[in-house]
Amino acid sequence: MHIAEGFLPLLWCVLYFAIAIPVVACGIHRFREIRENFPKAVPLVVVAGAFMFVLSALKIPSVTGSCSHPTGSGIAVITFGLPITAMLGMIVLIFQALLLAHGGITTLGANTVSMGIMGPLVGYLAYRVLNKTNIRWEYVVFTVAFLADVFTYVMTSTQLALAYPTPSLSQAWTTFMTIFVFTQIPLAIAEGLLTVSLFHYLIKYREDILAKLKVLRVVRSAVVGGSS
Amino acid sequence: MDKKPLILLVITALLCAFPAIFIEGEYGGTDGVVEEIPTAVQWFSPVFEPMSGEIESLLFSVQVAIGALIIGYYIGRWQAENSQT
Repeated sequence: MHIAEGFLPLLWCVLYFAIAIPVVACGIHRFREIRENFPKAVPLVVVAGAFMFVLSALKIPSVTGSCSHPTGSGIAVITFGLPITAMLGMIVLIFQALLLAHGGITTLGANTVSMGIMGPLVGYLAYRVLNKTNIRWEYVVFTVAFLADVFTYVMTSTQLALAYPTPSLSQAWTTFMTIFVFTQIPLAIAEGLLTVSLFHYLIKYREDILAKLKVLRVVRSAVVGGSS
Repeated sequence: MDKKPLILLVITALLCAFPAIFIEGEYGGTDGVVEEIPTAVQWFSPVFEPMSGEIESLLFSVQVAIGALIIGYYIGRWQAENSQT
């Protein structure tokens, strides 16, 4: 769940905007490059964004007796990297802040940092490592989606603990982590499974585009193997 | 529909249904925790708030519908393109 409108002190809001804006700007720049140089990949960006749109609207019950929602950033970060994921994340967050009173305009920077940048960054790092191994692509995609989801909420907990370190920073952090991250784990598993399902179709139908984008070892080796 | 995604979707559905069936709870949103922080002050209110829980869930379902429509459109289109060649 995103940080609600108006609940983050002004200074923090400004700081998170300062972190988020350059990354999102870089994402917009990358998107323009893709549109000019590789227009066939644009629908893939749209689908990756649509996947975030769907998953972040699904509030799912969890084992803690409360509800939260997945983030859906796995496809975007594997296929297009961090900046475009941040851009897509911000678009989804703007929609939810303006029309659903979910998250907020003042907390948009902070929520973009957690859902669009820090969570996906952990997923991206895992992807870079796992993609070098011989692990099946299903496990790679699952792990990336799972980590991006869980670490989004680790970041949210950290942001709230930093803003409200009462009684102490570590105690506040533990409290928020218990609520957010524990609730998130079953949802992150669900998100991982859904991400693998969609990726199955992306590989099945658009292996050519994924190969050009140099996504996932299995795709590249399949295409190289096919042409030789 | 392919077998692999179908199996994964069924597991996902079971996974999501499990807590609601077997675990008692209020099932409120985790974001409510912010309002319980004693020192937290809400210094800015949402520009627009859905008038009721019903309207809010309507807007959330619209969001899901838009996203699902886009994904379904492109997967269908790609499948058609592939089967032509």
